[in-house]
Amino acid sequence: MTAPAPAPAPAPASTPAPAGAAALIRRPGLARVRAKRAPLYVASLVFVGLVVLLALLAPWIAPHDPNTADLGNALAPPSGEHLLGTDAAGRDTLSRLLVGARTSLLGPLGVVVLSTLLGAAVGVAAGWRGGWLDSLLSRGSELTLAFPGLLLAILIVAVYGEGLMAPVVALSVAYFPYVSRLTRSLVLAERERPYVAAYKVQGHSGLQICLRHVVPNIAPVVLAQSTVNFGYALIDLAGLSFLGLGVPALTPDWGRMVFDGKSAIQSGYPLSAVIPCAAIILTVVAFNVVGERWADKVAGRKR
Amino acid sequence: MNFLRFAVRRLLEMAVTLLGASFVVFGAMYLAPGNPASFLLGGRSASPAALEAIEKQYHLDDPFFAQYFRWLGNVLQGDFGRSLQYRTDVSELLASRLPTTMLLVGMALLIVVVLGLALGRFGAVRGGAADTTVLVGTTFAIGTPSFVAAILLQGLFAVQLGWFPSSGSGSGEGFGSMVWHLTLPAVALALYLVGLLARVTRSAMLEAMEGEHVAVARSRGVPERHIIRRHVFRNALGPVLTTAGLIVSTLLVCTVLVESAFSVGGIGQLLERAATTKDFPTVQAISLIIIGIFMTVNFVVDLLLPLVDPRITLGARSKA
Repeated sequence: MTAPAPAPAPAPASTPAPAGAAALIRRPGLARVRAKRAPLYVASLVFVGLVVLLALLAPWIAPHDPNTADLGNALAPPSGEHLLGTDAAGRDTLSRLLVGARTSLLGPLGVVVLSTLLGAAVGVAAGWRGGWLDSLLSRGSELTLAFPGLLLAILIVAVYGEGLMAPVVALSVAYFPYVSRLTRSLVLAERERPYVAAYKVQGHSGLQICLRHVVPNIAPVVLAQSTVNFGYALIDLAGLSFLGLGVPALTPDWGRMVFDGKSAIQSGYPLSAVIPCAAIILTVVAFNVVGERWADKVAGRKR
Repeated sequence: MNFLRFAVRRLLEMAVTLLGASFVVFGAMYLAPGNPASFLLGGRSASPAALEAIEKQYHLDDPFFAQYFRWLGNVLQGDFGRSLQYRTDVSELLASRLPTTMLLVGMALLIVVVLGLALGRFGAVRGGAADTTVLVGTTFAIGTPSFVAAILLQGLFAVQLGWFPSSGSGSGEGFGSMVWHLTLPAVALALYLVGLLARVTRSAMLEAMEGEHVAVARSRGVPERHIIRRHVFRNALGPVLTTAGLIVSTLLVCTVLVESAFSVGGIGQLLERAATTKDFPTVQAISLIIIGIFMTVNFVVDLLLPLVDPRITLGARSKA
């Protein structure tokens, strides 16, 4: 059966779809936040690429071992030896920043992948099947929405202790309702489109139509949402590390670096804390701008 | 739909969700590796006698649901059990720290509402370069985690410039001192939400401005200020109000980060300590309170929405 796939049809912005069908569901209220200017988008895209590249290459380009302490050289200002100075334990800030990018990006990646898979599965099932399954899943995600992500993560970490796995799973659970609500509304709108009826008439099974045609059609919108979620996951995970509840103490991680730099900043040496702060802000902003831009593009909306 | 019937239905829905949340909060303890008694002792090795005492105190021999309902019954009477770390009743711990956190959240909320609405309105009305500035500024505000903002503000205004104290809450030194101590934490807490609210306000106003009633009002020579206030801003209030629940719950949760950055001895710092030391009854209590407040705010918003915007039928939001 090689019926030509229907033209990729993103959410129909022009048709009066049910509320929320065309609009991305993000954190409530953030639905209309979007990047407008292209220069910011291009800069963000370049920055995202750069950060990912540096994180991948980190073990080879880091000038020092990120965990080698040198107490005689603590809180040193930038020099030829240590381009960004050292922290309170005399560890090279640049090396910790580069190696820390790996943990700081890997965690959110895990959250985004898990929550997207879970959310898409739940959303497609709820939207396609409807009925009792839909109401059950909607109730379930409503319950999860009542738990702010950070709170759920703290609750889980309080039980399981520190580490990266528990917070990532907790945040995935906290984030998946945002994905599943979006997916569900997209599937509901997609189900009404003529091509679905056409395939049905040709005798395709519901499962096949859903997986081969509906899912690919809604995927871009869901992926754009996930890109936006990446920034939030980074914020939440860095926050946990800042509380000393995320990654184990010695692992280089941006949130942990801010935590380690806390006492240094209070005694007047801000550099070792300010640098990871800047890294976090810029990375989150870049991912948000790129995600919003993609969302606008695939949803075919203006402004 | 009848207003009262709607209110009762939403109230019941809220009760069900809260029940589910309390189940998750309580059940989480049973996910812990190892046996609950040693978990309650915080992993410290204990004599068999001490373990037995704990088991008895927490009725750990009872079936799970018996324990859950006993706990729930106590919680409903305001008894959250005893803190494992502080050896006092959790409710007492909370009561002594609540005023500080409430003041902090209140100050932050004030900043969010005043600044967020003003910036969003400014951007939407002025357009052009002003609008671009608001957009870029809010992009960065939204991308700045509250603990990063806290550390940066602390470094600049408390340590380098010395304008504000760098830690503590100033409680016991009078109200003025508390406000002075909590100013930087409140700004750090508010930053992200100022950006969010400004964005929501801006786009809601831009959408309202495209309405035909605005064009009609303009063509009839109604003063622009009047149009903005009565016909644009008023219409934009609906979407703005729906973010209230999110704003309040984000404020409450982020106090954890901001209070530990500034060593403000409130609920947030208590939660952080409790999570680090596995003081589970305290974590349970604070989680439940935050979730309860979040849902209460959402409930009130659902009731208020039709009053703010009569075109909205009751419950339209919960179905969307």
